Amino acid sequence: MSAVIDDHAQGHAHGPAKGLMRWVLTTNHKDIGTLYLWFSFTMFLLGGSFAMVIRAELFQPGLQIVEPAFFNQMTTMHGLIMVFGAVMPAFVGLANWMIPLMIGAPDMALPRMNNFSFWLLPAAFLLLVSTLFTPGGGPNFGWTFYAPLSTTYAPASVTFFIFAIHLMGISSIMGAINVIATILNLRAPGMTLMKMPLFVWTWLITAFLLIAVMPVLAGVVTMMLMDIHFGTSFFSAAGGGDPVLFQHVFWFFGHPEVYIMILPAFGAVSSIIPAFSRKPLFGYTSMVYATGAIAFLSFIVWAHHMFVVGIPVVGELFFMYATMLIAVPTGVKVFNWVSTMWEGSLTFETPMLFAIAFVILFTIGGFSGLMLAIAPADFQYHDTYFVVAHFHYVLVPGAIFGIFASAYYWLPKWTGHMYDETLGKLHFWLSFIGMNMAFFPMHFVGLAGMPRRIPDYNLQFADFNMVSSVGAFLFGATQVFFLFIVIKCIRGGEPAPAKPWDGAEGLEWSIPSPAPYHTFQTPPDVE
Amino acid sequence: MNGLSLKRLVLRLLMLTVVMFAFGFALVPLYDVMCKAFGINGKTGGQYEGSQLADTTRSVRVQFMSTNASDMVWDFYASDDQLQVNPGAVNQMIFIAHNPTDRPMSAQAIPSITPAEAAAYFHKTECFCFTQQVLQPGERIEMPVRFIVDRDLPTGVKHLTLAYTLFDITARHPPVAQASAGDPGRAR
Repeated sequence: MSAVIDDHAQGHAHGPAKGLMRWVLTTNHKDIGTLYLWFSFTMFLLGGSFAMVIRAELFQPGLQIVEPAFFNQMTTMHGLIMVFGAVMPAFVGLANWMIPLMIGAPDMALPRMNNFSFWLLPAAFLLLVSTLFTPGGGPNFGWTFYAPLSTTYAPASVTFFIFAIHLMGISSIMGAINVIATILNLRAPGMTLMKMPLFVWTWLITAFLLIAVMPVLAGVVTMMLMDIHFGTSFFSAAGGGDPVLFQHVFWFFGHPEVYIMILPAFGAVSSIIPAFSRKPLFGYTSMVYATGAIAFLSFIVWAHHMFVVGIPVVGELFFMYATMLIAVPTGVKVFNWVSTMWEGSLTFETPMLFAIAFVILFTIGGFSGLMLAIAPADFQYHDTYFVVAHFHYVLVPGAIFGIFASAYYWLPKWTGHMYDETLGKLHFWLSFIGMNMAFFPMHFVGLAGMPRRIPDYNLQFADFNMVSSVGAFLFGATQVFFLFIVIKCIRGGEPAPAKPWDGAEGLEWSIPSPAPYHTFQTPPDVE
Repeated sequence: MNGLSLKRLVLRLLMLTVVMFAFGFALVPLYDVMCKAFGINGKTGGQYEGSQLADTTRSVRVQFMSTNASDMVWDFYASDDQLQVNPGAVNQMIFIAHNPTDRPMSAQAIPSITPAEAAAYFHKTECFCFTQQVLQPGERIEMPVRFIVDRDLPTGVKHLTLAYTLFDITARHPPVAQASAGDPGRAR
């Protein structure tokens, strides 16, 4: 996106440095946001190509393309890269770009740390992806890396995996500290907490979730490291440990993690839907409290991932009811988005299309989550493709569509050009059709008993799997098309006005497009 | 600028990070305590010192299972499949282990009770799982387990399974020559 900012017309004291070192040494929030977004997109394509390998193997029953051992590495790496490499950095990138612009701050509060937290990520993922080329292969134990699969029976490369997770954790924690410090300390005068755009609110809460759970993830991989190399027995029953303990510690991190991946999308959509409905957001205050309630509840539901490992009945009931309770604040949000659109003057530009699809499809994913929350029913669904369908429905049209909607919504601000609306809509429809084709049939094969993470399957699942694979290929190819749309938008297109969407609200639209390299060096007035 | 100064805010957030890292490790003993208190996961308590009056009006079937963890080559089995016992009474079952190899080896047995909610009502007054076993090449030992099924066992439970998994811990705890009992292991 260098072309974006190079042609800035603002007469500032200094612009960006020239050449490669600009990107290595930059402490500018816009540069770092751009780096995060490009990194995230690269990882999205890499993790997506692993998904293509998985779907190619599952196109037909039997083993055709890859060995089961390699298939396991593909499912593991697909999950790890999409969670830690694609979704999380994309939201950090959006936070870097947009939070200072939304609250009228000149930059992030800790710019040097910002640079460091970005540059840890390429190192971490180089380490992680390089394990695929080691003898014995990369991590093959699933993205949840349950012990003892990831300790006693792990490939030798597991140590590199552990250090990669450490680096990602440090990067996320530093990013989160930076976001909190920026939001709490650098708001323009008059920008009270309850005037902040919801994207800023959801990110503030997400950042606290990150600080609360990423250290626990670091702790659990450290325990693995000690079990593997230093003779401790955290997860080894032979020495007095317990493999089930791993699952408890992991999911104490893992469940808040899924909200880390969705809350910023809630925030972005809460800006986009009002803009294209030409109405203020319905129920702003309830949105803030609902986000807080979801974040709180996310800490007391982790064992719903473990209904079948042996929990007392009282525990199953507690975690079942607590999980179902999350549907209440989530329902408040969906209700508010729908009420915002109610009787609005709706137009359907690409960001709005993605945002509406987000609301509908995320709700479908939420409902299958409610089904999974029913402990006795989960005994049937556990570890089947129904679970795969559920979390892809909340993550693809949830997190990923939220990111696409944000990208189209703010691309004019970032690049100074309008994207090609026809191509954007084509991208939306192809993604929408491909995504539903890929993941909806998984509900059916899952309920019929097809287990996840297995490269072969019973003949009765063949037709639905072929549909899934065709849908996945369509979705995958469409994302290369998205790359083309973004590059086309950077290189040219209709010049964007400061506020390209007539219904949009917020400080980010008060500065010119493209956003100058330095903004809000004197705080803006907030009425 | 509102609220705390930047430096104090960042320091507090860093402290929160450290606290949460420590909390991850605190979950380990916390989990053990919870498991023992509630019998989660079929974990049984340590050595039981009390005694109870036998309740002859009720009887419970206790089955015995023995499993070798992977790579464990010993022969390991209970001398009988099951016992019909009265809650409160002291019962005994003999387990047999045999080291068929030509080297001394040490082992640790891990018990587990099914159904898990009965684990808190299963008391062992003596168990080879309280210590580690060291067997010389070709040696065979009989290992008694004495246990009491608590009189308060929920009436719905009529059938218990006591399962042992035997782990080879030779690499971690090299057997001392001619030692027969090994060092006291972690009480379970």
